[in-house]
Amino acid sequence: MMKRTIPMLLAMAAGIVMILAYFFPPLTPLQDKTTVWFNILAAVAFILGGGNLLKVHLKKVSDRREGWAYSMITLAAFVGVLAIGLFKIGVNPLDEFPAQRMAGDFRAEGSGFWYVYEYVFAPLTATIFSMLAFYVASAAFRAFRAKNLEAILLLGTAFVILLGRTAAGVFLTDFLPEEGILANFRLENLTVWIMNNPVTAGNRAIMIGIALGTASVSLKILLGVDRSYLGGGD
Amino acid sequence: MNHATRRGNATFGVLLVLIGVAIAILNAVAFHPGAGTQWTKRTEHVHTLEDGSEVRWTEHEAVSVREGREMAALEENAAPLFSRTAGLWGAAILTLCIFSFLLGDNPLYKAAEAIVVGASAAYWMVIGFWETIVPNLFAGLFPDWTRANFLPKLSAEASVDLLLLIPLALSVLLLLRLAPKIGWISRWPTAFIIGVFCGLRFISSLEADFLSQIGPTIKPLVVMGEDGFDLESSFSNIVLVLGTMACLVYFFFSVEHKGAVGKVARSGIWMLMITFGAAFGYTVMGRIALLAGRFEFLFDDWLWLIDPKDAHPAQAFLQTIAPMLT
Amino acid sequence: MYEFLRDLDRRVIFSLMALAVAVPILLQITPPEKATPIVRDAFETIEALEEGDRVYMAFDFDPASAGELQPMATAFVRHACEKKLKIYFTALWPVGPQFIKNAERDVISRDFPEMVYGENYVDLGFKTGNEGVIKLVANDLRTQYPQDARGTPIDDIPMMAGVASIRDFDVIMNVSAGYPGTKEWVQYAVASAPNDIKLVAGCTGVQAPLLYPYYPQQMSGLLAAIKGAAEYESLVLGKYGRENEPGMYQEGLRRMAPQLSGHILMVGLIFVGNLVYFMARKRGEA
Repeated sequence: MMKRTIPMLLAMAAGIVMILAYFFPPLTPLQDKTTVWFNILAAVAFILGGGNLLKVHLKKVSDRREGWAYSMITLAAFVGVLAIGLFKIGVNPLDEFPAQRMAGDFRAEGSGFWYVYEYVFAPLTATIFSMLAFYVASAAFRAFRAKNLEAILLLGTAFVILLGRTAAGVFLTDFLPEEGILANFRLENLTVWIMNNPVTAGNRAIMIGIALGTASVSLKILLGVDRSYLGGGD
Repeated sequence: MNHATRRGNATFGVLLVLIGVAIAILNAVAFHPGAGTQWTKRTEHVHTLEDGSEVRWTEHEAVSVREGREMAALEENAAPLFSRTAGLWGAAILTLCIFSFLLGDNPLYKAAEAIVVGASAAYWMVIGFWETIVPNLFAGLFPDWTRANFLPKLSAEASVDLLLLIPLALSVLLLLRLAPKIGWISRWPTAFIIGVFCGLRFISSLEADFLSQIGPTIKPLVVMGEDGFDLESSFSNIVLVLGTMACLVYFFFSVEHKGAVGKVARSGIWMLMITFGAAFGYTVMGRIALLAGRFEFLFDDWLWLIDPKDAHPAQAFLQTIAPMLT
Repeated sequence: MYEFLRDLDRRVIFSLMALAVAVPILLQITPPEKATPIVRDAFETIEALEEGDRVYMAFDFDPASAGELQPMATAFVRHACEKKLKIYFTALWPVGPQFIKNAERDVISRDFPEMVYGENYVDLGFKTGNEGVIKLVANDLRTQYPQDARGTPIDDIPMMAGVASIRDFDVIMNVSAGYPGTKEWVQYAVASAPNDIKLVAGCTGVQAPLLYPYYPQQMSGLLAAIKGAAEYESLVLGKYGRENEPGMYQEGLRRMAPQLSGHILMVGLIFVGNLVYFMARKRGEA
């Protein structure tokens, strides 16, 4: 009862409030209250994530598993940034309240947390994602093969988009007139047409399919048919 | 890949970083003196408290090297700042450490990756605490204490909202997930989150992604313009309407894709292939833009090889470094 | 030749990509741009606003996508400032507020110093909850944001007078890197008040095709990837450009040169890769 029934009833109640408020506007304040609580729990989930990271890496260090030295670096970075942020290290007070050091803006330029963002977090995350450009090039060379009609359609469209969205597209089909039926075959115009018509059609169908699937899964969860989120065993 | 090859690749990776840093130092001394320095405009703040003691601090505001030198020439309070300069060089070195993975996995890359994992988790925790938990939970439950310590501008009339004890309790239960024996209690707040999520998604997906998509799909297949039959619009509408329906037929797996249904489903696959080809093209565009952004950071902010923002004219090395050392 | 291409080390491909992107940046080439209808519609939606109209500017991205989205964010803020609109900054991503501060420092304070915080622009900051935030803002903004990002109670901010929900805004200007982002703004904000509010968005290349079905009924315009950013910048510069335009306002335009060489390289790599494939098939190796 405590481990399955009560959580299931909680999920049902929360979900039904969110749905009913749409059809019965007087329930909107209750829906808003529920949403405020949801948003607070979302913030606590960040703390849970941090706690889990601490647990996993501390275990790795204590067990001396392979790569434990890097776990030490992770833990040092984690504790360091946490201390800088929570204790507002390097944060100046507000001019209106100079006595309250903890009232200052923890993200203000020049604060410890700002340094962490500007010189550690931002460059590292940006660089990690920028690496994908290299791997997409390597994958394109090795894996993209025009083996059948479907693959040819995919690659042909990719070529049109890749060239049409740059000055190359304008250059390659510059010989075509700018108005009239033939203008539609200029690469830059063809790109726009492809995006507005076949791509929109395909994505619209995918969107409709996902929407129906989402509605179906949501209903199954709220009606208690799907209880996989409660976990297995007990 | 054998051990020797891996070690060789790791060596290349480390060498990339070391050579990059060496080139940057040479560049900063000889070719673009002072490259990578960061200037700030300083403003002194001095306040006398009620007990007579003084609180003073210096506010630093980033300015470009050009602006900083102009201010310094006018004897305004601007100078290069060592901590930010060191920070910029640290950021550039970390960038090279990440790029070194392209040549092979190596200790410098692994160290940079470990830093970003730890720093990111803590970063999100701190933000969640100060941006939501303090103003939305603590300020509602303990307004006087919050005003005295963190939010002095909080209204003196702010009252206690006892209903917030419910999310507080749920939050504590959620954190108990980390406790091995009693971790099951975290199912309660998890179920609440999932219930709210499902309720939100049920309405929004049907309203925005289903019902609102049907209207724009119902378009005339024969379009008459001012001059009669409009071939371009008609063709576009035919592709859009029939293409959407063909893709939907393909996704309908309850009926076997044979005969006429099979042919329609096949044309749906072709439409989807065009969709995926466009998605690939746009993805490539996105990735290259990110790489261009990082190269701009290295060439502009760090090495001063380019100056698109007219921010950093080169100057003699000692002339730039000296103010930081005094 | 065939063996060389078949066994090509991927580090050669990496080097080619690095050169394709680096060389145009070092040569500082900036190709001209012509706006497509979907970007022009976004521009015209903002142009149609009048002085004092309210725009809800949501920065939903992080440094990982800033290479694509920062130019859009800068162009949006500049356009709103040139039109003398009231700007309400928010973020659904934890790092979004940093970009809000950058916009305040680099655009507003530098080029529009006459704008006053609290009267012409306000920073409401970041809140956790993803679409939960949008849902709440659609009904009751003041409950979601009891204070602004500087800790000032919302009731004490002059430009918050008369603002109760998203319906009190004229346009949502959203820069989005993924989830939560433009899709959620359409689903929870625009869907709740389709006749009261318009949405103009900028998004990454990965997201762009997925958002096209929302245009034009649920979304007035879309800046798709760095190309969209460059087109919008060209429109803003065309209308409001000044002498010695700061380089910051042409970031998207500058990025189109490496895009060109990078795309040509990609097309070439796919072509050569297929050539190798067909040669292998002919030799009976594939």
